[in-house]
Amino acid sequence: MIWQIDLAILTLVVIAGIGTIMVKDLLGAAILFGAYSFMMCLLWSVMGAVDVAFTEASVGAGVSTVFFAAAVFRTTRRTKD
Amino acid sequence: MKITGLIIAILAGALLIYATADFPGWGDAASPASTHVSPRYIEKTMEETSVPNMVTAVLADYRGFDTMFETTVIFSAGVVCFILLRVFGSEEPKESLYRHVLTGVTIRVRAGGEIPPDSDDFERIDVMWTPFDLIIKTMCRILIPFIQLFGLYVIAHGHHSPGGGFQGGVILGASIILFAISHDLRTALRRIRERIDALLCATGVFIYAGTGALCLLLGLNFLDYAALASILGVDPITARSHGIFIVEIGVGIAVMATMIWIYNNVSSRGKYDEGL
Repeated sequence: MIWQIDLAILTLVVIAGIGTIMVKDLLGAAILFGAYSFMMCLLWSVMGAVDVAFTEASVGAGVSTVFFAAAVFRTTRRTKD
Repeated sequence: MKITGLIIAILAGALLIYATADFPGWGDAASPASTHVSPRYIEKTMEETSVPNMVTAVLADYRGFDTMFETTVIFSAGVVCFILLRVFGSEEPKESLYRHVLTGVTIRVRAGGEIPPDSDDFERIDVMWTPFDLIIKTMCRILIPFIQLFGLYVIAHGHHSPGGGFQGGVILGASIILFAISHDLRTALRRIRERIDALLCATGVFIYAGTGALCLLLGLNFLDYAALASILGVDPITARSHGIFIVEIGVGIAVMATMIWIYNNVSSRGKYDEGL
């Protein structure tokens, strides 16, 4: 594990995670959550858990982002709080 | 209220970070997991199941029960989305839009009006205006077969490389979702109908549980694939490898159908009329 890569990815994970809950625009939150999932996928593969990384990339960054986008499209794009 | 939530979140986070200090270091050879559990699987997996990818062997064979109920969870998620969102008996839409295929002219049909039913010149488009995009449609048409081929490869090659039923199933489902997004939901539904989709969803779980029950009927434990040796005509060790493959196919079918099912229900508000 190269600590520079690890640190860079971890910083992005934290930024994407905080961004997901702070953003008012729900579509933006869905996309940020996809970015968060993709960074987690990179983190898993850096740590050598390739199977978990594969699942995270396909389920977390792929399909669940589509589900969130579909749900936002069919409900409302702004949060109330 | 927001302040309270923030305090609780920060406290819980701090507690979790504090607790990680008790974990063994990353890749620590002296940790309990590395001294007892991992060597057992690293040394014995190949000779017991003849599967080179240990993760697949552990997931589908040693911890077969766990994966079976994971598949059931996915199945339940699809069923719950269906029960919560599906609306039957759709009311007549106020107006619908049609595109004249040859000229590209959009026609607005009010309630009660009809286009010639036997005519192939018109295709229905979503009320929320979507521009006709030849490039996106053609690119997706070219890409989708390759995505599906990759999904099948991931399922079939799970014994040797990362992947397996879950990932391959998600990729297969995503290819159909891409089709539904690039064209429209009605076109995708004509390819995989709702009833077929729900049946596939249940079939996948049934293949998994049925394989386990077959092992039980043949005289060994539930999900002990060595029992399949007499049916498949191979030795018990290869039978475990083949049993994992059968189960992975079941997982792949269930996950693929569930992803499509959830997408159809969420994107059309359960009306199966107009999608994303």
